[in-house]
Amino acid sequence: MTNLNLMLLVLMVAAAVWAVMARSLLKAAIGLAIASIIITIFMFEFNSPLAAVFELSVCSGLITVIFLSTIGLTRPLSHKELLALSRDRGRRYGFMPLLVIACGAILAFVFLKMPLDLEVAKNTISVGAREVLWNFRHLDLFGQIMILLAGGFGAVLLFRETNTDEW
Amino acid sequence: MSGSIAEFFWVFTVFIAMLAFAGFYCILVTRNLIRALIGLEILNKAVTLLFIVVGYITGRQALVQALVITTIVIEVVIIVVAGGVIMSVYRNDESLDARNLRNLKG
Amino acid sequence: MPSLLILVPLVGILVLNFLFKLVVRRAAFWFVLVLFATQAVITFLHAPFFYAGSADRLNPFFKVVFNVDGISFVALLCIEIVCLASLVVARYTLHDLNQRFNFTNLLLISSIGMNGMVLTSDIFSLYVFLEVAAVSSFIMIAFRRGKRSLEGAFKYIILSAVATVLMLAAIALFLLACSDTSFAAIRHGMGQSPHSNIILFAVGMFVSGLFIKAGLVPFHAWLPDAYSAAPDAVSVLLAGIVTKACGIYALIRLVVSVFGFSPGLNQVILLLGAVSVLAGALAALGQNDFKRMLSYSSISQIGYIALGLGSGTALGVAGAVFHFFNHAIFKSLLFVNSAAVAEEAHTTDMDKMGGLSSRMPVTGSTSVIGFLSAAGIPPLAGFWSKLVIIIALWKAGDIAYAVIAVLASILTLSYLLSMQRRVFFGRLRQGLEDAKEVGAGFALISVFLALIIIACGLLFPLVFNAIYASVKQILIQ
Repeated sequence: MTNLNLMLLVLMVAAAVWAVMARSLLKAAIGLAIASIIITIFMFEFNSPLAAVFELSVCSGLITVIFLSTIGLTRPLSHKELLALSRDRGRRYGFMPLLVIACGAILAFVFLKMPLDLEVAKNTISVGAREVLWNFRHLDLFGQIMILLAGGFGAVLLFRETNTDEW
Repeated sequence: MSGSIAEFFWVFTVFIAMLAFAGFYCILVTRNLIRALIGLEILNKAVTLLFIVVGYITGRQALVQALVITTIVIEVVIIVVAGGVIMSVYRNDESLDARNLRNLKG
Repeated sequence: MPSLLILVPLVGILVLNFLFKLVVRRAAFWFVLVLFATQAVITFLHAPFFYAGSADRLNPFFKVVFNVDGISFVALLCIEIVCLASLVVARYTLHDLNQRFNFTNLLLISSIGMNGMVLTSDIFSLYVFLEVAAVSSFIMIAFRRGKRSLEGAFKYIILSAVATVLMLAAIALFLLACSDTSFAAIRHGMGQSPHSNIILFAVGMFVSGLFIKAGLVPFHAWLPDAYSAAPDAVSVLLAGIVTKACGIYALIRLVVSVFGFSPGLNQVILLLGAVSVLAGALAALGQNDFKRMLSYSSISQIGYIALGLGSGTALGVAGAVFHFFNHAIFKSLLFVNSAAVAEEAHTTDMDKMGGLSSRMPVTGSTSVIGFLSAAGIPPLAGFWSKLVIIIALWKAGDIAYAVIAVLASILTLSYLLSMQRRVFFGRLRQGLEDAKEVGAGFALISVFLALIIIACGLLFPLVFNAIYASVKQILIQ
């Protein structure tokens, strides 16, 4: 358990907590992107380069762009609404860092008490990730194509500018 | 050797659980629709990290990478659709307050 | 060849979009109707008694073995019938041709997702196809962009995604303890080390995710909003099959084939089933909105299926599967009727309706058949499946749960009777003089569904023996 890993983990949780608590949505999206980048670093460290590149380009890139465009296309709250919201905001979010740390501490305590043995199944396949995806998981590829098709329909249908016509 | 692998796994699990807790808390407490999406994203990150750690421990990085790539694709599509719904909600009544979404009580 | 069931709709989508979009859109409806009828025929050809797992010629492409056994067969049949019903309802309720076209495409994608989910034997592929069906449902609920639909869709998205995260985490833990994500590998891994904490925790998380998707109390918060706010054709689809295939079918499949029955799991399922049955029925009693009442009724009926599953015996599981089929048919029929009523009366508030049976005789009479089956009145099919579940609970020693099931049956009868009385019987209300039957297609599909209910009720011994035999065979393995 290297110090670098521990530091990265703490940074990741801190970025996530910042994303949840930040008042401005832009800062929240950036916090999310930082957490994604740290996960990418972990992926590179754990010999998963393909997933790392995917995560970097899609999660820190595409999803952050989607968030920023959604945030940009919707008007921020008016000043009165902002005041009304910020009054109980502290009550809602104030305890969050402590709660997260408490959760971690309780879990760490529980895991220390439990026996540390771990039955790990043996590895039977020794090919690269590309081969696994292309040769063994055709059904998942088919499912991915289907969901991309559905997503395409969703994007076209939901982002259009025409008027609504329903109750 | 098995002891250090187990310790490695449990330490990561603690942090993954903290991340997941942050995500759940965000979805539970927020009143802004976009922030609910951010909480969802944090949950997905936690699960992705869990997959990667499991892949590293069992030595099965190839399979896990394939699974993670599929999961990321599905996650993007869900974000796009949810984003579309949020945009339509905004166009309807110019507000992203989740308290406005209380019409269907009963 | 089971893989046809997921390839035929794909061909349908391609043909629709590249051929019909340019040529003529009206014919698209007939084309897809024929497509679904073909799918129903293909499903029949795979009935367990004359399909013995023979060669799937497209197998080398998919590299997996699609297994159709008794439970899958029933689910596939339900999917095809309900998709057909939903298509017909869309023809009459979505008046904009563009919207109808988009809905048809999404319906095809959703059927691919559900068929794939029923056919797969790998837990990760189950998740992928479940998401395909779920995403197409989100879009179908929200695509008309009315205020209520968007609200229902958003709640559904958030809760469904939370359930997804739970299931994914469980899959990761399964991967840690077993060598692969296929059903056989997980079963093997569970057999080797049944008391491992990690595996127990993973099973618990996965099952919790499925409870949220199935809409069992207390995880049902999204269900009434999503059902009642969706466009009528989509409500038929959701209530008839999507929530059931995604949630309770996956639960049945996993508990029967992978996790196995264990006392703890059985108790949890029984408890949640009983609570759902009661809470759904009680909540339905106080509803004024037609569709909302039907959705609480769905929660109650899914509780019945869970009770049958939790009994742990072959009889109970067979009763659960039979009730799965019956619920798909009678709930779709009731939602089709509610769509007809909403189309003519322009409202779903039951206080504003009355005496529609005189103006809409077909809708009224098929609604009577639907409600009798739902309430469990002999000799209709619903009575038999509820009876089997109650008997299975009695024989398994869960007397308290059997009593709860009987009580809830009485509650079901009362709220459905009140619905029938308020909407169809009695005096015709002021503004409803010009209500008429919506169209020949509507009447046809209502009569078709009602005939299936009557036939399954009268032919109960034949139908149930087939299901019971296949369930016993599955459970032995």
